[in-house]
Amino acid sequence: MTDPAPEAQPPYRPEMSRLWWLHRRSYVFFVLRELSSIFVAWSVVFLLLLVRVLAQGQAAYAAFLAWASSPWVVALNVVTLAFLLLHSVTWFNLTPAATVVKLRGQRVPALAIAGGAYASWVVVTAAVVALVVTR
Amino acid sequence: MEPVLWLLFSAGGVVSALFLPAMVFLFAFALPLGWVDDPGRDRLLGLVGHPLTALVLLGVCVLSLLHWAQRFRYTLFDGLRLKPYQSPINTIVYALALFGSAIAAVLLWQAASARGG
Repeated sequence: MTDPAPEAQPPYRPEMSRLWWLHRRSYVFFVLRELSSIFVAWSVVFLLLLVRVLAQGQAAYAAFLAWASSPWVVALNVVTLAFLLLHSVTWFNLTPAATVVKLRGQRVPALAIAGGAYASWVVVTAAVVALVVTR
Repeated sequence: MEPVLWLLFSAGGVVSALFLPAMVFLFAFALPLGWVDDPGRDRLLGLVGHPLTALVLLGVCVLSLLHWAQRFRYTLFDGLRLKPYQSPINTIVYALALFGSAIAAVLLWQAASARGG
């Protein structure tokens, strides 16, 4: 018997394309959800640009508003808001899985935890809008 | 280190999910496109430069950037199968997040000073 030496065998590495996630709808959804982080980062950059022009003065602020209403920026921000909403919804839906809360020895039901997360979202959104919108 | 990074990722996930949609809706659509009355630069600076708001905004910015860093590097590892380049990716992504956080601190500080002065 001539057994092949085990060390001569290269380790098995299945071939996997870089676009493996295009093969199934649930994989595409997973990758879209993960990509939302790019738009979270862009939102921070966009908001910081606004903070910068506010400190600079009236003219810079007016120029920022004009830039922000140009078609390409609006288009980018439409995509951004869509990904932000995807992030918020998927995040709040996962909160019950990530958070175990016990009250008097009883586990708080998943629906209550998700409901709490959505309620906080409504409260924060209302507070931000109330602070900014004058009328 | 890894558990701390995941903790910051989660904290950033929560604050970005809570705060960013409203802020982007207001400042990327409602204000520039004239859906609401422009509160004006002075009022907005008064709001953003207030020490309490500035601190909250700093927290939102820093945690959101750290959320991005953790999630984005795993997007590269898993989505694009770039795990072999793990250590340069880690360095670049977290350097960017920390750089962004420092910029956020400077800009919010300047807004707070401009409001006071």
